[in-house]
Amino acid sequence: MKKHANLIGLLAAWIVVFAIFSYFAPNSFPTVRNLETIARQTAIVGFAAVGMTYVIVAGGIDLSVGSMVALVAVVVAWCLRAGYPPEVAAVAGIAAGGLCGFVNGWLTGKLKITPFIVTLGSLTLLRGLSKGIADEKKIDAPLTWLNQLLAALGPHQRWMLVPVGVWMLVVVSVLAAWALRYTAFGRHTVAIGSNLQTARLCGVPVDRVRTSVFVVGGLCAGLAGLMQFSRLSVGDPTVAVGLELQVIAAVVIGGGSLSGGEGSILGSLIGAVIMTTISAGGSHMGLPNWVQEIVTGLIIVAAVALNRWRAAASLGEAGSV
Amino acid sequence: MLEARGISKTFGPTVALSAVDFRVDEGEVVALVGENGSGKTTLMRILAGETQPDSGDMSLDGQPYRPAEPKDAHRSGVALIHQELAVCAHLDVAENLVLGNEPRRAWRVDRAQIEAKSREVLSVLGHPDLDPSTPMRRLSPAVRQVVEIGRALAGDAKVVIFDEPTSSLTQADAERLFGVIAQLKAQGRAIVYISHFLDEVERVADRVTVLRDGVVVRDASASETTRDGIIRDMVGREVGGLYPRSNRVPGEALLTLEAFAGASLTVHRGEVVGIAGLTGAGRTELIRAVFGLDRVRSGLVRVADTDGWRPPEARWRQGVGMVSEDRKEEGLALRMTIAENMALPRFARRRIIQPKREASRTAKWAQELRIRCRDVQQPVSALSGGNQQKVAIARLLDADADLLLLDEPTRGIDVGSKAEIYALIDGLAAQGKCVLMVSSYLPELFGVCDRIAVMSRGSLGEARPVAQTDAHRVMEEATR
Repeated sequence: MKKHANLIGLLAAWIVVFAIFSYFAPNSFPTVRNLETIARQTAIVGFAAVGMTYVIVAGGIDLSVGSMVALVAVVVAWCLRAGYPPEVAAVAGIAAGGLCGFVNGWLTGKLKITPFIVTLGSLTLLRGLSKGIADEKKIDAPLTWLNQLLAALGPHQRWMLVPVGVWMLVVVSVLAAWALRYTAFGRHTVAIGSNLQTARLCGVPVDRVRTSVFVVGGLCAGLAGLMQFSRLSVGDPTVAVGLELQVIAAVVIGGGSLSGGEGSILGSLIGAVIMTTISAGGSHMGLPNWVQEIVTGLIIVAAVALNRWRAAASLGEAGSV
Repeated sequence: MLEARGISKTFGPTVALSAVDFRVDEGEVVALVGENGSGKTTLMRILAGETQPDSGDMSLDGQPYRPAEPKDAHRSGVALIHQELAVCAHLDVAENLVLGNEPRRAWRVDRAQIEAKSREVLSVLGHPDLDPSTPMRRLSPAVRQVVEIGRALAGDAKVVIFDEPTSSLTQADAERLFGVIAQLKAQGRAIVYISHFLDEVERVADRVTVLRDGVVVRDASASETTRDGIIRDMVGREVGGLYPRSNRVPGEALLTLEAFAGASLTVHRGEVVGIAGLTGAGRTELIRAVFGLDRVRSGLVRVADTDGWRPPEARWRQGVGMVSEDRKEEGLALRMTIAENMALPRFARRRIIQPKREASRTAKWAQELRIRCRDVQQPVSALSGGNQQKVAIARLLDADADLLLLDEPTRGIDVGSKAEIYALIDGLAAQGKCVLMVSSYLPELFGVCDRIAVMSRGSLGEARPVAQTDAHRVMEEATR
């Protein structure tokens, strides 16, 4: 029970946020349609947050996901414009994300530079690369089924509840959460984030695990990029600027610790949903953007403070004498 | 000088201290001893204002003394010298000496006054040649500790509390520390000395206070106490032979070193070989190189039939396991659970985790090694030092290691846990496993090992059977 206290708390927080907005906009906010919109809007941050959870649990950070998302969207659009089938474009996009993650992870291990610095570099580098590929313009792409991934559901598709892209997020999250808990790779991820030295002592192949974690982060950013493309149906190299901060915020609200070793996939997802709900609710009530930003900022700090307080309380109880 | 009466403190359901009386007079050294978890850390933290008692009162120099935070204690003249050195590595000696208490002139820090004060304090401590503007990070742990003691003196402490001061010191530095303590005593300061090393206690203490399970079970002058008596009081039972020795039969060679990391040595199955020497002599480096944590290319290392350097993951697969000297930084992932810590090396081989099987297997080890815990899903940080160390050792048992490399396996843990670990090592050797252990504590090396080799200035001497050497000879070799 205690293990899930964090998740229950997060869900409660979301319900409170949702209830507040429902009170102020009773006709338009608490509707199935609106829930679907929130789910669709969460998908991009959500995919990236799944990967970021792995990176943060492993004691790293990835500042380059925003740029990765732009790069992936550009790659997908470029492939479609060049006449490749949408399946190929999608795979190429996701692979591009994975490759970026691999380079981030590999550099961190080889050059012994902290992930913060490495990904700060790739944040700029990948943005430049996207602009280069796109020739500093949006790439227009022909409409394909990729654009349906995150489109609002038509009247005949209501049985699906949410679009395919959101279901993909659900499946990927379940897989990722299972792997974090029940596979050696997941345990190694926690171990290197919790204490790198101990992991090494115990024979965990530290560099390989770290690189793999960044690849997972990159693949998830690739999926996020695919969703981004689906939503805009163009390859815009200037999209998703600052997305990494929303993603990190989602993970941190969800119980992730920037010093590593802690974090939950489900928690990160709820964190992402809470942030989307605030911005959706804000626009429903016609609140100006600056109010939404202030509220989101307060939520981030409050969530982390609450988490720390809870951790300290449970440690104090079990603490050694 | 400092007196505490009826101090009680509970943490949730745990009673840490119950109605404890404690006293230390000026010019007196009181040794506070007890197993880990006996409450001595809590008592010390109460004296130093780091935590508040639930009941009881304290007085200093006849005045009521109720420190709400460490700063109050410091201002009243009670200084705590921590076991883990609490110095800022990026500041210099003088800055560390006056940290938090900087003399000011107008709004600036008065550097000249700091330096003068530093020189004065350092010369009292027998380090007149240490330049106050040396950055801390360039100093050895021993000298850093001198600076930490100096901080207490710069604050003009009347009561100085030492928490396990020698655990990171070499014998020679410990000697110097005893000199400093004698000096402080001569100046009329009151000293509280906390240590697991009873020979040190015998040397420095005027009075011995023994805590067990939060209660004072002995408070007597040092001349009236014997070491056996103290041990009996600490554990509450007779320790029948701290060092058991079953009939061990040396078998085939399992580890062979030739000019590897300064060592040439063969260790056989069914044998415990000890490495003595001073801190910094290269003992830890040798163990780490054998286990593959540090890369060494020259010389020969052979484990069973495999020649050459291998990384730790390969060593585990060969049946080699290691316990690190630094439990907190390297040995254990403190925030992970007992089960996760014990089972970590296994995952190098298994892809999918079966939580139930893992829990029952690790619970078995916890029971076998008598690890005091609620269950194996508790974080390791909730355990006392001795129990944490048992978790680190259980890891090797869980991986069924044949060659156990133990670096200071009993550092900073209580006598009861030590005895259990000695018995465990003996049992493993009797089963035909092979143990190579590094220790700075000679009595334990002589108690546990079949052969002892001495490391000095990066090279390992001949491994002699314990019957053919003695502590004097080992120390002579180590300091050569």
